[in-house]
Amino acid sequence: MHSFDVLVIGGGHAGVEAACAAARMGARTALVSFDLSAIGAMSCNPAIGGLGKGHLVREVDALDGVLGRAADAGAIHYRMLNRSKGSAVWGPRVQADRVRFKAAVQAMVRAQANLTLVQGEAAALVLEGGRVAGLELADGTMFHVKHLVLCTGTFLGGILFRGEERFEGGRIGENAAHRLALQLRGADLPMARLKTGTPPRLDGRTIDWAVLEEQPSDGEAWTMSPLTKRRINPRVFCAITRTTQAGHDAIRANLHRSPLFSGAIAAAGPRYCPSIEDKIHRFGDREGHQVFLEPEGLDTHMVYPNGISTSLPVDVQEEVVRTMPGCGRAEIVQPGYAVEYDHIDPRALTPDLQVRAIPGLYCAGQINGTTGYEEAAAQGLVAGLEAAAAALGKAAPKLDRANSYIAVMVDDLTLQGVSEPYRMLTARAEYRLRLRANNAATRLTGLGIAAGCIGAERRMWWERREDARKMFHVKHSQKVHARELADLGLPVRRDHGEKPLAEWLRYDGVTPEALAPWLGEITALDPLLAEEMAEDAAYAPYLARQDSELRDLRASEALPLPADFPYAEVPGLSNEMVERLTKAAPGTLAAAGRVPGVTPAALSALLVHARRKAAA
Amino acid sequence: MRSADTIFALSSGAPPAGVGVIRVSGPAAREALLALAGRVPEPRRASLTRLRDAEGALLDEALVLWFPGPNTATGEDLAEFHCHGGRAVIAAVEGALAALRGVRRAEPGEFTRRAFANGRIDLAEAEGLADLLSAETELQRAAALANAGGALSRQVELWRERVLVLSAEVEGVLDFSDEEDSADLPECFTWNIGALAGELSEWLARPRSERLGEGFRVVLAGPPNAGKSTLFNALVESEAAITSPIAGTTRDVIERSVAIEGVPFTFVDTAGLRDGTEADAIEVIGIARAEAELARADLVLWLGAEGEGPQGAWEIAAQADREGFATKAGARFTLSAVTGEGVAALKTALVETARAALPKPGEAALNARQHARLAEAEEALRDAKGTSDPLLVAEELRRARLAFDRLIGRATTEDMLDTLFGRFCIGK
Ligand SMILES: Cc1cc2nc3c(=O)[nH]c(=O)nc-3n(C[C@H](O)[C@H](O)[C@H](O)COP(=O)(O)OP(=O)(O)OC[C@H]3O[C@@H](n4cnc5c(N)ncnc54)[C@H](O)[C@@H]3O)c2cc1C
Ligand SMILES: Nc1nc2c(ncn2[C@@H]2O[C@H](COP(=O)(O)OP(=O)(O)OP(=O)(O)O)[C@@H](O)[C@H]2O)c(=O)[nH]1
Ligand SMILES: [Mg+2]
Repeated sequence: MHSFDVLVIGGGHAGVEAACAAARMGARTALVSFDLSAIGAMSCNPAIGGLGKGHLVREVDALDGVLGRAADAGAIHYRMLNRSKGSAVWGPRVQADRVRFKAAVQAMVRAQANLTLVQGEAAALVLEGGRVAGLELADGTMFHVKHLVLCTGTFLGGILFRGEERFEGGRIGENAAHRLALQLRGADLPMARLKTGTPPRLDGRTIDWAVLEEQPSDGEAWTMSPLTKRRINPRVFCAITRTTQAGHDAIRANLHRSPLFSGAIAAAGPRYCPSIEDKIHRFGDREGHQVFLEPEGLDTHMVYPNGISTSLPVDVQEEVVRTMPGCGRAEIVQPGYAVEYDHIDPRALTPDLQVRAIPGLYCAGQINGTTGYEEAAAQGLVAGLEAAAAALGKAAPKLDRANSYIAVMVDDLTLQGVSEPYRMLTARAEYRLRLRANNAATRLTGLGIAAGCIGAERRMWWERREDARKMFHVKHSQKVHARELADLGLPVRRDHGEKPLAEWLRYDGVTPEALAPWLGEITALDPLLAEEMAEDAAYAPYLARQDSELRDLRASEALPLPADFPYAEVPGLSNEMVERLTKAAPGTLAAAGRVPGVTPAALSALLVHARRKAAA
Repeated sequence: MRSADTIFALSSGAPPAGVGVIRVSGPAAREALLALAGRVPEPRRASLTRLRDAEGALLDEALVLWFPGPNTATGEDLAEFHCHGGRAVIAAVEGALAALRGVRRAEPGEFTRRAFANGRIDLAEAEGLADLLSAETELQRAAALANAGGALSRQVELWRERVLVLSAEVEGVLDFSDEEDSADLPECFTWNIGALAGELSEWLARPRSERLGEGFRVVLAGPPNAGKSTLFNALVESEAAITSPIAGTTRDVIERSVAIEGVPFTFVDTAGLRDGTEADAIEVIGIARAEAELARADLVLWLGAEGEGPQGAWEIAAQADREGFATKAGARFTLSAVTGEGVAALKTALVETARAALPKPGEAALNARQHARLAEAEEALRDAKGTSDPLLVAEELRRARLAFDRLIGRATTEDMLDTLFGRFCIGK
């Protein structure tokens, strides 16, 4: 009988982060997955980051996770999305070479101390007295473990659809996890189904690139992880093409053959990443939809046509592809498909991603109703840290909506549940101005060091950086007169008096570079930090204004609502509200206010009754 | 709460009247129906029944209604007896109810207080209720009623929804700029923000609800012996101030609140204004206070020499009955507080002026807290309008939403409730 502190099931993005995070915390950890050589596989788009998602990558990285560094190791195309807007919504995004990305993940997993890899199918949870006691593999191997993290992605009861064809599995060519799905369904957990899809892959040699508009990688120096010193791989360019009327006609003529429309798939799919048949059906009047042709790697000809995810039959997929400019002769190497799978209603989880009804069982990733690598990785990190902390009697870093997108997501999931696959958006974060992708290390690494989940390399990097930040603060508080700035030709009125440099940085046209006479060389030593500090200065008035809001939030977080709070006994709450509150079991009054449909009046009623109960 | 008493009250006008509606709210409402009517009718259906007391004596033939909680006005089980409106009948039915175990007469406002504690009404409505309970004049009552009935809450909800739509537009630009549809804000975006801010400004410019509580402030001023105190007494209809032929009789500020035709006033009598050289030390202080009062006044009645009063003051030619009385050329009112001549006309004009300056009856008026929140929302919208970075526009819109949320209590905090608990004793 093998024994571990924490055992993680599933070697996807969630599982990898969970296992490595638990091991970094010092827990003896095992990672069980069907096929160890598939660890780090990207099931869909070989891109990491983007709007909202880039923030998650940086945050996972700031807590010493795997994703950022692996993305850098595989990156062959970089773009900073939303560059023209305020920096809080910049979205770093890379396209990664699948093979290099996976190799980097595997290398990091294998190098991780305290982590044992086990190949096999997790078949059954062993429960004792209602809580987790162990795990049984399909081959009969037993593990003794009290903290289990479930990261099985789309594999629970997964069914693949392609036109009229059906396959069982979590990803094309891989088995589904049916025994486990049966056990969970039997365990009376609230389960539901969702679907997602992927486009066909094209052979790049059959695309006429010359006729298409090129989209080059940007020429800047940023990387996903600050521990990556520089960009290592050659850069490739993408191209932009469009769907056409002829293609739309073909889709319309065959809609009845798509499982999405024939009724075969009833589950909801992502609104933000719809299949092409959905797009045509819903926005029929559009002349064409943009499609990005993204090379999947340096050593492969595979091209990922971003924007035409589909589950239409193969012959229709081919017809549609061939009507796109530059793709008249394009060959499909691997047809697109949709997958429908079981997920758990995340409202059954507590904020540490533990199943409320089965202590010791944690869930992370697509199993919780999310979509995307970044979302999966971020949850894996949380579940891994929390499981290890629980096993070792330590405390995980305290994440909340005001310090991370990670906490925003976990809070949204556990309070609101999902009606479609959940994807991160910057709009979900109310304290967005303080949660920038480029200040993730400042926000989180210190918390990680305190919790004990940060390796030596990053700790040293961070300490040096904190010293530099202090220097910036000193320099930024220097007072300079408007005249001196105006003399340098800066757009500042001479009669604006004397102010600290931090305040001058709020003026349009006053950049850290322009303030070189006072800032000295520190800007050149670390331009990214200089940029972060300048943005801090620029946003400072807005952040100060949020302080009172945060005080209110903390105050209503101080009123706890026990998990068994009798909502039904509060007269006047509608049945719907009682049901939602009971399902989400918000831990505090503040959290109750974020449960959808809870009205101001209901919230006051809760407060009155919670107080009475506390007084009784 | 489930364990609370069951309360009853006559919810229609005072008897005698055509019908008297007695409402019963609380866990024993059902038993009350059983006890008096002998049965519980179908929910939300009026049914005609004979009411009897515990001895079986017939009380009345009445319509009874049964509303099971929680979807009722109070959030609790609720019963209604629509009786014949005579005094004796009402008293008999009330007596039979009061005799039941766990059933008692409601305290003023208790029904609505329960509605708040049970999540049936929000903060702004509850504040309206608190005002309603302390209303002393008809005008105060009408304004409080508008808030308690949710007029302000509904308006805020509408504004909030408009801001949500605007927010969704900016968020589209921020989060989906890589998709073709939502690259730019619609042209009317800024205009819409401005229009909304303008609407809020209009509300902010309206008279505030405390004005109703404090009343319209009228200060009487002029030199010693001008007859200020005498007129003051006439206006407040009591001998509140000492009057005498000695110059410098009134040395301090005297105020009295009265309602004239349902309009709340505060009248303020002051020390006669004269040079410090003629006045003693105490009077000098009184004069300084009088001057401070002039600054706070909604209206000054000036009894001194023409044109020497503060700007906007009404010129009053007082003591018109005296021999050798010389009126002022620009006198707005010529009167005698002693004979009463002209005083009624002054009162009528005061009522008219005060009405215009106080919240209109039935129109939701903002209190200081609500005004501050709404001002915050308005400022945020103006800032949003003046910003081009969509990220900051989004932040300002969020701030506006937050202000609305606080206004109606969505962002519930302990402090906010402490304030309210203080007024209501809800926690007891
Ligand atoms: C077809 C498809 C299309 C997608 N399209 C998009 C998209 O367009 N955009 C987007 O953002 N995201 C998309 N995704 C989602 C993205 O791939 C996932 O959200 C993300 O990879 C989820 O990570 P995960 O770690 O939760 O699960 P996965 O990456 O699915 O990993 C699950 C792992 O668990 C292992 N496993 C499962 N069950 C067992 C068991 N019983 N025993 C042992 N091992 C087990 C599997 O072998 C696998 O390694 C798509 C996914 C799929 C499958
Ligand atoms: N006949 C007549 N006498 C009046 C009238 N008004 C006031 N008086 C008399 O005038 C004297 C002064 O009146 P007050 O009301 O005390 O005057 P005041 O302006 O308050 O004076 P100070 O308090 O000293 O500033 C008193 O004796 C009053 O009785 C009036 O309308 N007619
Ligand atoms: Mg006097």
